Amino acid sequence: MTKVEELVKKEAEIHGHNRESLMPILQAVVRSERFLSEEAMVAIARELDISTADVFGTASFYTFMDTVPKGKNIIRVCKTITCHMKGKDAVIAALEDLLKIKLGENTSDGKFSLLQANCLGWCHKGPVMLINDEVYPEVTPESAVEVIQEYLKQK
Amino acid sequence: MSKYKVNLKINNLNVSVDEGTTILEAARQLNFKIPTLCHHDDLCVAGNCRVCVVEQVGNRVLPASCATPVSEGMEVLTNSMKVRQARKNIIELLLSEHNADCTKCFKSGYCELQELSNEYRTGDHIYLDVRTNNTIDISSPSIEKDDSKCIRCQRCVRTCTELQSVSALAVTHKGKDMKISTFLDKPMNDVVCTNCGQCINRCPTASLVERNYIDQVFDAIYDPKKFVVVQTAPATRVAISEEFGLGPNRSTGKMVAALRRLGFDKILDTDFTADLTIMEEGTELLTRLKEALVDGKEVALPMMTSCSPGWIKFQEHIFPDMLDNLSTCKSPQQMFGPLAKTYYAEKINKNPADMVVVSVMPCTAKKYEADRPEMRGSGYKDVDFVLTTRELGRMIHQAGIDFEKLDDEKYDSILGESTGAAVIFGNTGGVMEAALRTAYEIVTGREVPFANLNIKPVRGMEGIKEASVKIKDVKSEWSFLEGVELKVAIAHGLSNAKLLMNKVKSGEANYHFIEVMGCPGGCIGGGGQPIPTNMEIRKKRAAAIYEEDEHLALRKSHENPEVTEIYKSFLHEPLGHRSHDLLHTHYTPRKRY
Repeated sequence: MTKVEELVKKEAEIHGHNRESLMPILQAVVRSERFLSEEAMVAIARELDISTADVFGTASFYTFMDTVPKGKNIIRVCKTITCHMKGKDAVIAALEDLLKIKLGENTSDGKFSLLQANCLGWCHKGPVMLINDEVYPEVTPESAVEVIQEYLKQK
Repeated sequence: MSKYKVNLKINNLNVSVDEGTTILEAARQLNFKIPTLCHHDDLCVAGNCRVCVVEQVGNRVLPASCATPVSEGMEVLTNSMKVRQARKNIIELLLSEHNADCTKCFKSGYCELQELSNEYRTGDHIYLDVRTNNTIDISSPSIEKDDSKCIRCQRCVRTCTELQSVSALAVTHKGKDMKISTFLDKPMNDVVCTNCGQCINRCPTASLVERNYIDQVFDAIYDPKKFVVVQTAPATRVAISEEFGLGPNRSTGKMVAALRRLGFDKILDTDFTADLTIMEEGTELLTRLKEALVDGKEVALPMMTSCSPGWIKFQEHIFPDMLDNLSTCKSPQQMFGPLAKTYYAEKINKNPADMVVVSVMPCTAKKYEADRPEMRGSGYKDVDFVLTTRELGRMIHQAGIDFEKLDDEKYDSILGESTGAAVIFGNTGGVMEAALRTAYEIVTGREVPFANLNIKPVRGMEGIKEASVKIKDVKSEWSFLEGVELKVAIAHGLSNAKLLMNKVKSGEANYHFIEVMGCPGGCIGGGGQPIPTNMEIRKKRAAAIYEEDEHLALRKSHENPEVTEIYKSFLHEPLGHRSHDLLHTHYTPRKRY
């Protein structure tokens, strides 16, 4: 049994082997693996005895449940109108320049993914950046780069 | 428990209906037609397309009539100014996302969205055209999936989940990216799809259609070097009439006449190999029973029928550990192919390399079945092209043949003779009934103890049927069956099949023989049958099949003189060496998830 299969099995023991447990199990896998691999979704379908299409259909509804591999740290910049007006494009440009990747890509060392997100509910303090679960309000291109450099210092 | 009656007014007419009735159903009782797209009589309520909106006096919003139950004193208007305007807008919105390639579309003239827009004549485009052009998924030999024509009504998803318990299709992504897709957007041929085609039968547009082989078949007919024979399934003969607006009807003779006018060289009958299936499968069952009861061998029982290719692929995916229970008999279509290219080719002195075997089936899974690598017993592809009942209808239209005015004609000989037992293969319970008529007589020397050979307990539209036949006063060679109560079960529609399989697996139920047909109602409700198909139509087609059976002189497979002949001169005995090579097959375990 692979690591992710074991994880799914353990989560199914906790939450139950019925369809209602799909969301908490999906969330647990994303927390641990940062994305839902084909292997993970097949394992979930098997544990809950539902179809893989059903698992994928549910996962693909949620922006925060990726089905393609993601970096260790996921950077999301809010793309909606207030943050846009307050200069999120410049923030993204600075991050692209620093990490040498385009929006939607992962760094080659697997440390970062750069994404956009829909409204994060911080319109009064835009533009806002989210790294994993950490919110960084009122970022500028310079402050965003500083934050990332802090992350880079960590192993 | 009697239901409360609810009184309401629809378009100022009083109506009294059962509590829980929807506005849509109540309006139907008054003969008011409310247009629908996502609604289907076979499926649960979805209420997502909104074209069935009506005005409820006193309510600011327009409720969807398919999803709103009636209430006392309700006043409903189905065609007010507000309703008409809303409906036009809804249709326009659907069209703005729809790849309205109508003049070139396979479903043109059969499309519910097209029909609706014809009815409402919405006029100029009021919304921006936001249709997308996707690549069409033609990975499957049975099903073509074109997302650009999808209106996301989700009939297919509900069909795949509710009726079939397969869930190969699901709603994926969201908002403007929302679509009907498979696991990780894989091609249809790479997922758990059974090719049953029930989704095609319910798709209101051309987002899901069968892979059509009309041109290839016409090409073969026009090729002077090719000798093209056609075989027709039991269930097509009672439904082909629907393609010409004639309702479900016994039209075997007209269908044969039409096929001859289309230019097929010989018109032959899958019913012949249905009779042959009974001989092979009946013998297989009796052999398994003997091995279990007399020799004490470990034999896979209950034995399960193998005529329905949707059911076979379902079993390969979902219960791969139970493949030994399936009869090794090929389906009648696939028994016909190799016999046509060996036995028949020899009789008529043709080179099998120059022969093209076409079959007309109520089924889309048959297309996949014919493409299986193991279906080459003759040394060639046994069945070259499979057409659905709908495709045959289209060909007859294209050839300018007036179906209604055709005089009845007969099948060619040989491979054209059949019995009533073969005809009823089209109905759920039919294979079981045919098998019992023959097996009982082989074992006891007497006819089955049911009035006029009609084994009523195995008939009808109940999802899972059970019956038992007590075997008494057997012939000496079958003494081990004396006093045995033969227990059988029948399921139709894959959801029922799954329920039954789980019961068998858990040991909750015990049978000797199980018949499963993948589609609701059996082949008469097949995915390749005319659209629409619903309970009312399935019942009419089933009644026509039983009528056809009653009108035939021979009604037991073992009495088919051509069957007797082929065993005498070619196959020698059921389950014999030649049968093994040509008429039996094996199965492949596949992924469930």
